[in-house]
Amino acid sequence: MSNGTAVSEHGSGQSQHPIGIYFKIWGWLFVLSTLSYLVDYFHVQSYLRWTLILVLMMLKAGLIVAFFMHLKWERLALIVTILVPPTALLVLVALMLIEGDYTFFTRMAFFG
Amino acid sequence: MEPQGWGGVVNDLSADREAYHVPWGKLMMWIFLLSDTFIFGSFLTGYMTVRLGATDAWPNPSEVFALTIAGHTLPLILIAIMTFVLITSSGTMAMAVNFAYRGDRKMAARLMFVTALFGAMFVGMQAFEWTKLIHEGVRPWSNPMGAAQFGSCFFMITGFHGMHVSAGVIYLLVVARKLAAGRYDHGAGGGKYDIVEIAGLYWHFVDLVWVFIFALFYLW
Repeated sequence: MSNGTAVSEHGSGQSQHPIGIYFKIWGWLFVLSTLSYLVDYFHVQSYLRWTLILVLMMLKAGLIVAFFMHLKWERLALIVTILVPPTALLVLVALMLIEGDYTFFTRMAFFG
Repeated sequence: MEPQGWGGVVNDLSADREAYHVPWGKLMMWIFLLSDTFIFGSFLTGYMTVRLGATDAWPNPSEVFALTIAGHTLPLILIAIMTFVLITSSGTMAMAVNFAYRGDRKMAARLMFVTALFGAMFVGMQAFEWTKLIHEGVRPWSNPMGAAQFGSCFFMITGFHGMHVSAGVIYLLVVARKLAAGRYDHGAGGGKYDIVEIAGLYWHFVDLVWVFIFALFYLW
């Protein structure tokens, strides 16, 4: 029986990745950041702008989490534990979208 | 004999099988980062809510954060440089973790110092940005450019992130110094330099949060 202070004896599951992969990811992050900067620089507007910003954001976030934070090489149990709970935030975002719009229309109706 | 009372509770709850096959420190860092995700997620959602509800025009970040360098006005240039600095620091941190697992603690410590240096640069540029905006009259309750909510969102979100970066710089310096001095060499087993990866997770998370702030606050 464990006494509650058991320290994991497993290795961390770190394989020895060649250092080159970090340079590659680094390069990609540079390219993606430059692209998102150019979205602003060239005044891309409206839906195209928002789509580009979100896609580039998710790509960058994915690269950082998967490679820099090594999540790609973790066991699925840990990956699921980390990635699933934040999706609850989407519910909050959806609710606050409605709330924000409601606030706006109320203000326009009574103070506009 | 089975312990009773609170001792029994502790015993029962800690007697479970190990679910995650990673060092406990790393798992604790992930759980902390998960909670931090909710903090920043809530901040960004709050920002979205007040921006949606604002009846005055939202100040255009592209103009607010423009800098004039050698006669050219570049939109958002400081923020872009800050982004590149932070990404670079993440790159050097990832390499530090790699060297730590190869057992090269000197090189790992050196790369961690470099990472901390980039982090300090980032905080410095953020201090410059805050100073500039405060001089231009941006306050948490009002600003001359438009919707009053802009200031509170800006100071709260970038301030909280900057605080994370500052804490990260201190954390990295402490770990790197101990690493260089060989203080982790007597840890058990092959995972004696796990602390480097754990510190790295925190640092990459700070970079990750910046990706979202950059996209949703500065570019939107």
